[in-house]
Order: sequence, then C-alpha cells, then structure tokens
Amino acid sequence: MAEDVAVAAPAEAAPGAGGRSGAEPWIPELSRGAVLWNGLRAYGLIVAMWTRSTMAYRASFAMMAFGNFAATAFDFVAILMMFSHIESLGGFSLSEVAFLYGTAGTAFGLAELVLGSMNRLGGRVRDGTLDTLLVRPVPVLAQVAADKFALRRLGRVLQGLLVLGYGLATLDLDWTVARVLLLPTMIVSGAAIFCAVFVVGGAFQFWAQDASEVQNAFTYGGNTLLQYPPSVFGRELVRGVTFVVPLAFANWIPALYIMGREVPLGLPQEVAFLPPVVAAVCCALAGLVWRTGLRAYRSTGS
Amino acid sequence: MRAVTDSASGTDGAAGEGGTGVEDFIELDGVEKVFDVRRKVGFLRRERHQVRAVDSISFRVPRGEMVGYIGPNGAGKSTTIKMLTGILTPSAGRLRVAGVDPSRERTRLAQRIGVVFGQRTTLWWDLPLIDSYRLMHRMYRVPDARFRENLDRCVELLDLGELLDVPVRQLSLGQRMRGDIAAALLHDPEVLYLDEPTIGLDVISKAKVRGFLRDLNAERGTTVLLTTHDLTDIEQLCRRVMVIDHGRLLYDGALTGLHEVGESERTLVVDLEREVPPIELPGTRARTVRTQGPRQWLAFPATESAAPLVARIAAEYPLVDLSVREPDIEAVIAKMYADRSAV
Repeated sequence: MAEDVAVAAPAEAAPGAGGRSGAEPWIPELSRGAVLWNGLRAYGLIVAMWTRSTMAYRASFAMMAFGNFAATAFDFVAILMMFSHIESLGGFSLSEVAFLYGTAGTAFGLAELVLGSMNRLGGRVRDGTLDTLLVRPVPVLAQVAADKFALRRLGRVLQGLLVLGYGLATLDLDWTVARVLLLPTMIVSGAAIFCAVFVVGGAFQFWAQDASEVQNAFTYGGNTLLQYPPSVFGRELVRGVTFVVPLAFANWIPALYIMGREVPLGLPQEVAFLPPVVAAVCCALAGLVWRTGLRAYRSTGS
Repeated sequence: MRAVTDSASGTDGAAGEGGTGVEDFIELDGVEKVFDVRRKVGFLRRERHQVRAVDSISFRVPRGEMVGYIGPNGAGKSTTIKMLTGILTPSAGRLRVAGVDPSRERTRLAQRIGVVFGQRTTLWWDLPLIDSYRLMHRMYRVPDARFRENLDRCVELLDLGELLDVPVRQLSLGQRMRGDIAAALLHDPEVLYLDEPTIGLDVISKAKVRGFLRDLNAERGTTVLLTTHDLTDIEQLCRRVMVIDHGRLLYDGALTGLHEVGESERTLVVDLEREVPPIELPGTRARTVRTQGPRQWLAFPATESAAPLVARIAAEYPLVDLSVREPDIEAVIAKMYADRSAV
C-alpha cells in the first residue's frame, strides 16, 4: 500500500510544483548534486561553531589535546617495551612495526577526527533528539557527524604522524616514484575506509540503539589490529579484514608493499594500488547503508 | 499571481497571500501511520503486531489559520506532527504541506516550516543561545538584514536579551522554550508546528508564549498548528480545534461546538433557605446530582436554556440565590474519550 503512494507521488508532483506560489525568494532549489555540497557546507558550519566554542577556553583545549596525545602515546610505549625484550614481532622489526602503526594511527586518527561523533547516534535515537535534526534543511549525516566536533582528537593524528616519522627515519626503504605516491594515497584512502566503517557503524544504531560498542569493535579494534603485522594474526582473521571488512587495504597491503614485503594471503603485488578503489566502494556502500537506516527510522520512528 | 506573491512575501507575506483567497496550506487525505511493534516473548522469539497510531485522518488547514490539536497521551498527535514535518513517512494516504509531500522533500520543506518540540530542544545544549541562532542563520541561509530584524523582534517580544550569552543547559524550562520558539522563527517559516509548547511552564511564561503566538499569527499570518494538554492554550489562541484519540479524528470545528458534540451539561447551583429533599422537576431534563445542606447542584443539557428551570425552582422552592456553571471543556473532552473507548 505504501508502495502505491510512493509511485503515485512523482506523477502528480509536476503540476503541484508548477502551481505553487508561496516559494520564499531565498530558498534554493536543491539538485541532487547540491545535496552533497549542502551537507559539506553544513558540516563545516557546525564544526566551525564547535571549534570556536572550544577555543574560548584555550588552556582547557590544550590540556585535552595533550591528554589525547599522551593516552595514545602510551599505547606505542607498550610496543617499545615489548621490543626491549624481543628482536622482531612476527618477523617485523621495530621500525617496520612503527611504520605500520604510524600509517594506521594517522589514517584512523583523521577518520576519528571527522566522524568520531557517529557513535552518539544511538543515544539520539533513544532520547528522540534525532527528530530535531530531521527538521533542519541540511542532511542528517552532516549534523550527526559534526555534532560536538572535538578538535582535541588531533592529538591522535599527531601521535600517528610522529610514530610514522620515526618509522620512516629508521627504515632503509627503496623509494620508487610509485612508493612515494602510494604513501599519502594510502593514508587518505585508509581514512576514507575507516570513515565508511564509522558511518556503517552509526547507521546500525538506527536498528540497534546500543550498537555503538559493535561499531567501536570495528573502528578502534580495527585500528589496533592494523598496528601490528598481519603475520602475528591467524590466517582467517587476515582473510576477514581483507575480503569482508576490507580494513587491510587501509594499511597492511599498501604498507607491506612500500616496505618491500610480501603482500599477505599470496595476493599479487598490484593489489597494493587498490586502496583508492576500495575506499570509493566502501564509501558508496556506507552511504547506501546510511540511507537505508535513515529510511527505516523514518518509517518506524524508533 | 506569481509576481504578486514574490514581491510581497518578503516583508508582509500574509497580506500578499490574502489576495489569492483561501488556500489550503496543509492537506491530509486518509493519512495513516501503522507501526510494526515487536515484543519479546521468551528467548529470541518475537511476537509482531501492528499499532495504528494514526488511522485515516483527513483535514485541511488554510494559510494563516491557528489550529489546536488535542488528545490524550498516545492519541497520535506527535505522530501527525512528525508526518507533517517529514520526519515520518505515512503508511497510506495523501499528505501535502505547501503543495509538496513532506516525507519526499523533507530538507527543502524545512526552509518553510518551523518546529518546536516542547519536550526536547532544537538548540545546541552546551553552547550559548546566540551561537545556536548564528548557526541557524547560516544553515537556513537567511539574508543578514532579515536575520537581524527577526532576531531583534524575538529578543524583544520573548524577553531573551539577557539570555543570549547563557549556555542553553543553564536556562530554565520557560526560558529554553522561549529560546526554542525564537529559533523556529528566524527563517520566517510559513507554518509553525508546536508540540506541547507550554508543557511545564509557569503562569507568566505561558502568558508570554501565548501572547507572542497570537501576535505572530495576527501580524505575519503564520499558520500555526499546536498540540497541547492545556486547554487554556486552545481557548486563548485557537478558534478551531481538532480532537484526536486512538489515531482517529473525533472532532474538527469551533471550540464552542465541542459542547454540543460532547453532550455536555451545565450545572445550576441552587442555594435554598433550608435543607430540603433533592429538588425534582418532572417534565424537564434537569436532575439533582448533589446536595449539601441547603445547597443543591442540578445538571441539565448545555444546549437548553436555564430560564424555565430557574422559574420553576423559584416558584416551587424557597430560593435564595443561584448561579449557572458552564461545562468544563476538559470534562467534555474527557467524556468524548470515554465514549470513544466504550465503542
């Protein structure tokens, strides 16, 4: 029955829209392409507002950012201590692990900076405040993503970059043009893949409001996983993060190629250049899941 | 016609629209909303059943009208508002606001509507009030001059001057509500939906909010649809009222007409010289409902005149004083709900 209504609507929309007289002069007609721009613009506006408000208390911001940096820094200290007892981890030296850690940490840090608020969606569904986002003229995803934007999360990005710098400085890599170009590409693609995971994890909260822990398992858990060489994990797990949730393309596969190592699972070397493609596919799928989730919410209201 | 409205809609939209005659701004035809509710029965097993939150509702609201939408908790009021704003998609029926389908054109329609949820705020909780307004300004792309003008007006009429720099979470309920109403109006919406706008407010805040809404409707011709539990809101603001219960529209019309539909009764309070047995007036529809010493209460249909009853009592009993009590609108509606449930 609902289908009938949906099908019938466009047919009569044309005369209705033509005959409408009350359009306010400054209301823009949004084409489909403009929706994306509108979303990015809204995201920027909200982020700017939160940043301005955080900057009102500079000292507090500085402390929070440092705390964030320190908390993640200790994480790497644990790895350093491990290497004071062992020579290599799963056949990887400290410098190589630092490289893996740094690329994963930076990519994940960027994604968390941009979309770290996604896990608050479930709470919004539960207490009904999501409705207040739905009555505004900008996409809901932009509003949820930018909500309580926390610039202090830059601390994690900074830590990732420092560890990456240490790795690069101590590794003796055979730099080809392809490898040089692949490094920034893999970080950006990796961030995009993690962003897709954040969005999918957020969208699941439309159905299960307490799913933010499941999301954390894939995002924060995935990040931790990628910081260690694949050789320390079971083959099945490596398969899972390659073919099911393709986190391996965020880090392992391109990073191993750059370090001149074998790509895991006996895949051909060329797959190391796939991250941008994988990221694009992941983002498209995430967008689809998000739309489905939002539609489900709008038909059930809970 | 287009030229007229375009030039007029800036400052005095209502006056411009007036020339086009009565235009149905909100149209609902047989709108339904059915929820699938899953209930846990035992481990993993779920029982599914359907809840008809809104059951085939039809009504029309012309531009510039102010309508009260009342009903008990769970009657379907909020569900209706959510469908009107495009938050929820109707299960069946046809729904148009300003000529467009809200659920399909939600973000575009958002430019033309204002919504106030009494129970939750649309403001940014941790930030000063003015920050929310500035963000709305950019988000709704309101021209600067227009924004200033609207903000100044709201600040003055809603008494927000000293609150602008206060974080929303520190505002009292009444202050926050006024802040929310202002936020919903900064982009000059053509229609304002208010879901329980006076819930939990003190008498002064209520009066302020009501006065503001009345002026808004009169001066700008903004269409207003408000749900409420407080019938004083309706009495003071709306000529038209819609009563909904169990998802069905029970009444749609003038507030005064509710009495006739609700078969309500007026009460005659009679003070006699002394205590006498309950008054009996054979041949009339009045009956004594209560006695207390020399005072007696007689109920009679609200549609009948009190004069003949008074004359007969004065003739047959030692009458000292009397007064007529109008039916309590709340009692009328409560009776309406009860009758409906009995069916």
